[in-house]
Amino acid sequence: MGGLENWAKAAVLEVQEYARMVGRACRSLVTPPFYYRDIIDQLNIIGIGSLTVVVLTGLFTGMVLALQSGITLDMFGARSMVGRLVSASMVKELGPVLTALMVAGRVGSGIAAELGSMVVTDQIAALRALGTDPVRKLVLPRILAGLLMVPLLTCISVGVGLLGAWIITLTQLKVASGVYWNSVVGGLYIQDVWMGLIKPFFLGFVIVSIGCHVGLRTSGGTQGVGRATTNAVVASSVAVLVVNFLVTKALIFLMY
Amino acid sequence: MAVERGARSALLEEALGPGGPIVVFDKVTLAFDDKVILDEISFTLKTGHTKIFLGASGAGKSTILRLILGLLKPDGGQIFVNGERVDNMSEDQMMAVRADLGMVFQEGALFDSLTVRENVGYKLLEQKVPYAQADRRVEEVLGFVRLAEFIDRKPSELSGGQRRRVAIARAMAAKPRILLYDEPTTGLDPITSITIDEEIIKLRDLEEVSSIVVTHQLRDAFFVAEHMAVANGSEGVRFERASAHKADEAEFIMLRDGKIAFEGNATELREVQNRDPYIQAFLS
Repeated sequence: MGGLENWAKAAVLEVQEYARMVGRACRSLVTPPFYYRDIIDQLNIIGIGSLTVVVLTGLFTGMVLALQSGITLDMFGARSMVGRLVSASMVKELGPVLTALMVAGRVGSGIAAELGSMVVTDQIAALRALGTDPVRKLVLPRILAGLLMVPLLTCISVGVGLLGAWIITLTQLKVASGVYWNSVVGGLYIQDVWMGLIKPFFLGFVIVSIGCHVGLRTSGGTQGVGRATTNAVVASSVAVLVVNFLVTKALIFLMY
Repeated sequence: MAVERGARSALLEEALGPGGPIVVFDKVTLAFDDKVILDEISFTLKTGHTKIFLGASGAGKSTILRLILGLLKPDGGQIFVNGERVDNMSEDQMMAVRADLGMVFQEGALFDSLTVRENVGYKLLEQKVPYAQADRRVEEVLGFVRLAEFIDRKPSELSGGQRRRVAIARAMAAKPRILLYDEPTTGLDPITSITIDEEIIKLRDLEEVSSIVVTHQLRDAFFVAEHMAVANGSEGVRFERASAHKADEAEFIMLRDGKIAFEGNATELREVQNRDPYIQAFLS
């Protein structure tokens, strides 16, 4: 019983500290000083740095989706509809979620490790001692970069995925280009596009904010940094899936 | 001088002038869960003086520095820094108090991603000091700690002693009135330790900085307490045995089980060790 109570207390404390950090980050958004250079650095690290992994993920997901759906659609003599299936899947679900999971693995872990190392080597305490708010200097630029770059990376991932699917459709399924691209466009409604564009904002926010929170709560030396890195990836990956479900549910309710 | 100290009102300037109470702890209590770290600790650091905290690991020495900086909040009691009560201040309010405080962390806590120049000039640029002026001050303080040639290196390219000296330069760059040293010589060889001790003495005697030194390196503690720096014209700085009056300005506080086990100058500490087995064990 005591163990359960302690666990519940620790969980509530974590949520409370996370909410406080997010609240302070929001306040920092509207009051100076602003660290523009750090924002540019983070846009580069999170956006450009994640480009390769996101492009590869999108490309192979689109290709395998075309291959698999080609086999299934063949059963119904509907091979020409492959573009419709790929575009609906990539734009609404696979693009945002797989991109977010890749960014969680690469960026979430990196943020937790970097901030965790700064905590255990007293660099965060030194920042505060030098009169700098760590949330303003370290958390806000990362959150802003996550908010901006994850949707952009998702668009790239979806675009590359559709190209990958086109290559497979053309070379393996022997469907004409025009038929494929007509099918891609025909399979999409404007609500689908909005959904594909809106969800990554939420996913980018949870990945980066969880990475920052876990990093700043690191304790226990270098071992603690390792633990924080693992926790950040696990927590942000699960959060991506949960938030994706909740936002999808809300958007379906609002738009469809 | 390129950088000026923060302005204080004339009244406060007079009250906190030489010998005035620049840091005051009044019955400060702090516990982590069930473990009492500080139990009604009271002491006063006078302007221009030095307090040296001794005690076993975990005795709460570093905690005192973190309380002064507002990195921790006490459970009870009052803390005054530079004439302002800080124990009930918010993080935003503490930022102004920290402008007049410098801290040298145990391992230096230099920012890995920045060069020595950027580390030392960090606070100046945060305070919107013009870049050229900040750069002049950075060169000046790096010259003070004799590391001018390392200005464009990264912290990872420096030795342990050099990193501590850069940390001292960073702490003093914005000309704080109070400097806090957390184990500044731990893990360093004796010769490098003496170099660090001399920097502490120079800052105290030549820059009139009030200081609190936390250490369990007795040799360094006594060296800081019993030596003084004298500006020697073109020959630089000379270190000599402190006069009786000067030695009285450095006080030792020994912490034990969250309480103050001893408070007094170096001579009194040597005398009391014959009567107190704990202090005797610590000093032997």
